[in-house]
Amino acid sequence: MYKLDNNFIKGHPRTESLRYKFGDALFDEILNQDNVVVIFADLSSAIGLNDIPGRLGHNDLGKSVRHTTREFNRFIEVGVAEQNLVGVASGLAHMGQIPFTVSYAAFSPGRNWEQIRTSICLNNQPVKIVGSHAGLNVGPDGASHQMLEDIALMQVLPNMVVLSPGDAIEAKKMVKLMINDPRPNYIRLPRASLPTFSTPNDPLEIGKAYLVRQDDNAMVTIISTGSMTGNALLVSGQLFKQGIACEVIHVPTIKPLDKETILSSCGRTKITITIEEHQVNGGLGSSIASLILSSDVRPTKFKMIGVNDQFGQSGTMDELWRHYGLDVDSITNSIRHLLTSN
Amino acid sequence: MSNRTPEQIKTIEQHALNIRRNVIKMIATAGSGHPAGSLSIVDALACLYFGVMRYDPHNPNDPNRDILVLSNGHVCPALYATMAEAGIIPESELMTLRRFGSRLQGHPERTKLPGLETTSGPLGEGLSQAAGMAYALKYLMPTNDRHVYCIISDGELNEGNIDEAAKFAGKYQLSNLTVLLDRNGIQLSGTTENILPNFGRCGIQFTAHNWDNFFAFSGNNVACILDAIDESKRRTPEQLKHGFSLDHPRLIQLHTTPGKGVDFMENDYNWHGKAPSLDDAKHILAKLGDKKHV
Ligand SMILES: Cc1ncc(C[n+]2csc(CCOP(=O)(O)OP(=O)(O)O)c2C)c(N)n1
Ligand SMILES: [Mg+2]
Repeated sequence: MYKLDNNFIKGHPRTESLRYKFGDALFDEILNQDNVVVIFADLSSAIGLNDIPGRLGHNDLGKSVRHTTREFNRFIEVGVAEQNLVGVASGLAHMGQIPFTVSYAAFSPGRNWEQIRTSICLNNQPVKIVGSHAGLNVGPDGASHQMLEDIALMQVLPNMVVLSPGDAIEAKKMVKLMINDPRPNYIRLPRASLPTFSTPNDPLEIGKAYLVRQDDNAMVTIISTGSMTGNALLVSGQLFKQGIACEVIHVPTIKPLDKETILSSCGRTKITITIEEHQVNGGLGSSIASLILSSDVRPTKFKMIGVNDQFGQSGTMDELWRHYGLDVDSITNSIRHLLTSN
Repeated sequence: MSNRTPEQIKTIEQHALNIRRNVIKMIATAGSGHPAGSLSIVDALACLYFGVMRYDPHNPNDPNRDILVLSNGHVCPALYATMAEAGIIPESELMTLRRFGSRLQGHPERTKLPGLETTSGPLGEGLSQAAGMAYALKYLMPTNDRHVYCIISDGELNEGNIDEAAKFAGKYQLSNLTVLLDRNGIQLSGTTENILPNFGRCGIQFTAHNWDNFFAFSGNNVACILDAIDESKRRTPEQLKHGFSLDHPRLIQLHTTPGKGVDFMENDYNWHGKAPSLDDAKHILAKLGDKKHV
């Protein structure tokens, strides 16, 4: 059970960037460990690491040039070449390095799926793929840049671990967890800054899902991941005011799924809802559906909320979430609707 | 000319002949596979394993070993047979190629067979990995003189991924990386010039990105291959004047004959991916002087 951030509970949460927090933490790990490297495909800015010389110069004032150079070698730039990006990473991993690749999710894993399949998954090298700008929250750049299929692409691959943190605190914690995990990892990060709901003391492990809200005699289980967990918590608050008690399960690891935590909640309640900023086909919802159908748990109603076989478009995050039914009001309404319909 | 002795060259030629015979037997026994490219690269593999690379056949993970990445994985029968010839795997295992439960998968898998440095088959990916390995050796690991060799094929040059990797290696001056290009002139469904022409500028994606370009005008001649590899490690004043540098990665274009050693296969792209029958294999082995198996 998460403690939840006080400001979040009081209704005026801090809004923070997951990808910048991730980038800062990764930068620190690269300096502190001697086998962590990062490879960019002309999108180091995606995680705020576009001024490595500046950062290193600043951090290294007073240290020898040689030291600076050694650190500098841990930041690799391959240019706009996503196929090479993951191939080079596989080679680095073979030599004992722990490489993080950075691009937008639309291009990595969007562009280079087969290289990931063969050179990383079949070859079983512990490459850490960072896909930023996942989801409609990308906003004005439009459909081509709003990656909504990456969970599907990555969770289908044997050996691959799929991660989707819900706020900046989790995104930061993920860096160390990924370094210590011996498997290939994919992590999706939103472009937008999001409300921080967790606290540094809340638990986070790869492979675990977390109960982040539990009302007494809950009737609904809401299962959410990534950018939608903040919304799921707000939705459950609204539903509570309307007399509908919920459990909310946050799923920062989409693969492997924490079956126990998820199924025990679904077994305690009557209705299961999944929410994700991704196509419902092949996403978290599909995985939860097959998990439940393969178990003895039988919710009386089940609904997958996400993007329904459509592309996004330009707009602000708020406009897009509203249009695609992913904002707090739309989700609340669609759950109420489900409860009142037969 | 090289400083290799005639005896050394003769020994490597004998290894190449043994490997060639095994390749024929393996593909015929398996009933499927890729003989043309496997046969064109045999001599280069024999040179690497018996005249160039540093490795310990009893310890495939030797931290001082040189590295070979076979990017065009479909020619793996030649690599497996070379590994057997070098004592890395037992020769008796070779005939399990492509069989259920075998470590010798139809396309090579690192996690199945110690001694393989990567998993390949889908074309165009090996060079990126070889470049990543060379980068680690040059910039991230304690000073060492280990070298990364990467075999690619001429049909594989069609892949954009190769160009991306060539640019990367040029940028980072991966002087500890040597690519051996099997320029056998064929690919799956035709000659390379018919399928996607090079317009006489094969390898331009490398030279455009600061690679030094060398040739073995007979890529099936052991002396000639060794000459090219040895030459690629030095730089003459003349070469330096023309922009060559010991800081550059190296491309060695091996002008080979597809199906080399089997008269009816040579230069015929139809043998790219077709196994000889067991009967054919008998005749081929007789011609290759294999007394044991005819
Ligand atoms: C990405 C990818 N696309 C297609 C293939 C199918 N394929 C296997 S070998 C080959 C031809 C490659 O040319 P080359 O290596 O020059 O053939 P060879 O000289 O061995 O005949 C093709 C298209 C593949 N292995 N990988
Ligand atoms: Mg060819």
